[in-house]
Amino acid sequence: MKEPLIRIIKRQQPPLLNKILIRVIAIVLALVVDAVFIYGVTGLNPLAVYGVMFKGTFANAMRFSWALRDLVTLLAIGVALAPAFKMKFWNIGAEGQVLIGGLATAIVMVNCGNSLPTPILLIVMCIASVVAGGIWGLVPAIFKARFNTNETLFTLMMNYVAISLVSAATNIMRGQASSLGKLNMATKAGWFPKLWGQTYNINILVVAILAVVMFLYLKYTKHGYEIAVVGESENTARYAGINVTKVRIRTMIISGAICGLTGFLIVGGRDQTISTSTAGGNGFTAIIVAWLAKFNTAYMALIAFLLTFLSKGAAEIASTYALNDFASDIISGIILFFILGSEFFINYTLVFRKSRKEAAK
Amino acid sequence: MNSSLLAWIVRAVPFGTIIMFGAMGEIATEKSGNLNLGVPGIMYLGGFAGFASAYLYEKNSPNPQVAVCVILALICCIAASMAGGLIYSFLTVTLRANQNVTGLALTIFGKGMANFFGVYLLNGASYTAAPMAYSAFSAKLFPAEKMGILGETVFGYGWLVYVAIIMAVVFHFVLFRSRLGLNLRSVGENPATADADGISVTRYKYLATCIGAGISGLGGLYYVLDYNKGIWATTGQIEALGWLAVALVIFTTWKPLNAIWGAFLFGFLYWLYQFLPDMLGLKVKTYVSDIIQMVPYVVTIVVLIVVSMRKKKENQPPASLGLSYFREDR
Repeated sequence: MKEPLIRIIKRQQPPLLNKILIRVIAIVLALVVDAVFIYGVTGLNPLAVYGVMFKGTFANAMRFSWALRDLVTLLAIGVALAPAFKMKFWNIGAEGQVLIGGLATAIVMVNCGNSLPTPILLIVMCIASVVAGGIWGLVPAIFKARFNTNETLFTLMMNYVAISLVSAATNIMRGQASSLGKLNMATKAGWFPKLWGQTYNINILVVAILAVVMFLYLKYTKHGYEIAVVGESENTARYAGINVTKVRIRTMIISGAICGLTGFLIVGGRDQTISTSTAGGNGFTAIIVAWLAKFNTAYMALIAFLLTFLSKGAAEIASTYALNDFASDIISGIILFFILGSEFFINYTLVFRKSRKEAAK
Repeated sequence: MNSSLLAWIVRAVPFGTIIMFGAMGEIATEKSGNLNLGVPGIMYLGGFAGFASAYLYEKNSPNPQVAVCVILALICCIAASMAGGLIYSFLTVTLRANQNVTGLALTIFGKGMANFFGVYLLNGASYTAAPMAYSAFSAKLFPAEKMGILGETVFGYGWLVYVAIIMAVVFHFVLFRSRLGLNLRSVGENPATADADGISVTRYKYLATCIGAGISGLGGLYYVLDYNKGIWATTGQIEALGWLAVALVIFTTWKPLNAIWGAFLFGFLYWLYQFLPDMLGLKVKTYVSDIIQMVPYVVTIVVLIVVSMRKKKENQPPASLGLSYFREDR
């Protein structure tokens, strides 16, 4: 029988060092490809460009706080997606769940802003966002559980339903004005207060707590274990007496609710307004973040940092060299391709024909 | 005929054509078991490559020829889109990366590429045009002026509209009446069985994805060079169209013939907010038309649910959709 040139063998337990090394190599390779791209298009010295990139995040305290703010937005959605993905439920609808949570927040802000005292107002906003996001996650889950309706496509479509609801609501709220502007501009009702002198500290703190709690939830609770089993094999879960329908629905409510909460953080703590671009594509990017981190929230923070760093850096490059922001999409796209490809070399080893013969000797 | 209805048809058919191309390409891809969420990115790549090549040719050639312009645009569009499909297949088929994530990364990448280089073509302006390519791609095949109402509503479109329809019919026969199509479907349903039967799963997945990407890319080309009157501007519009094409694939229950009427129906639904109130002589508030814009997506969700409830075998998604195939895993 002809022996193939390369055989692929699955690694049982890839060593940690290997994992790190392969990922680092992938990122370095991606940076080299990006450098070639930058040089080819602009003729600029790529090293100088990367230097400028660094400034996007670290130039001063203000920049750093903006970067952190964007990082936690991405991380929060990644945390929300983690349980769903671990269950192999492809929730592509984070964008919509965030928007609908943000919308609920905004509606409460506008309608109860003057009648409720601040702490109660914030709590009501929070609850509204969580409920709205939870419902947005629940609907596809029910159909998945009852009829095995494809959740990837269902949640994707729900994004657009949310977008058109938000654009209708903003249209109503702005009335005759040309744009909505900041909500409750005069009273600042429902705006997050500064914490320790920083505007975004509440967002950062909430997301940090969320990330830790989710890590513990997935790793050490009964729920987390059930999610893992359902994700590995539905039949095994059933055989072990786990109520798969219940786990699915419960987990998707959690996932949607945290997305909704992210909408609350964005509207109350970052933008103080709502628009169709409130989620700003983060719902999609977070899917990549959650997947690459293998649902480990600590890795998620790392990857979210990398992506935020890249997009801030690209914006900096754009303004320094009179390029445009879309460079960040290309650069992060290439890096993502390399990281995705590198997974293969972590999980599998290649055995060449020649080396095997030598091994046989 | 009511003039609003006429305007509605004339708007809906070209709109449908954009997503018909996108959806046909995605049907080919999904039939091989690859759920490529990179369709919007691919349509960006195809649309931009087609526009850029035509634009640069028109601008730099001392004596531009229409035929060269058309062929150049088509070749560049298909090549760029297939390159996108190739990246996707290499990562998901050869390197076994997750399909959803790879597709989303491809969408980010394609959108970035098109808009990044697009800014160079724009050169500070908010839009730029390729008039020769527009007139070539919007050229009518039939003497529509002499055909009255039929000329306007049926024969009055650019030739790519008819190419799309013919392509859907041919695709239907290839998929359901040929050995090639049977093999492709078996790869998407159960790659292990197909593999055991001696069908090269890898080759089918690669070819279906790359050719599918090429077809999807034509949707982008048609959008820029005919629907949008040969004008390039930095926009998020193509992304929305790409997702609508993914929705249409579900709506058609993975059948190319359904893509023809489904695409036109989506076109009508998309423009419903503008033309139906006109037709009925109603004045609708803007927020109502915002809500009406969700109709195509809601319809898709309903179809998705109904199909999964009825559990008819021939309407289901390909059984291995979204799953990578590892021969060694068995």
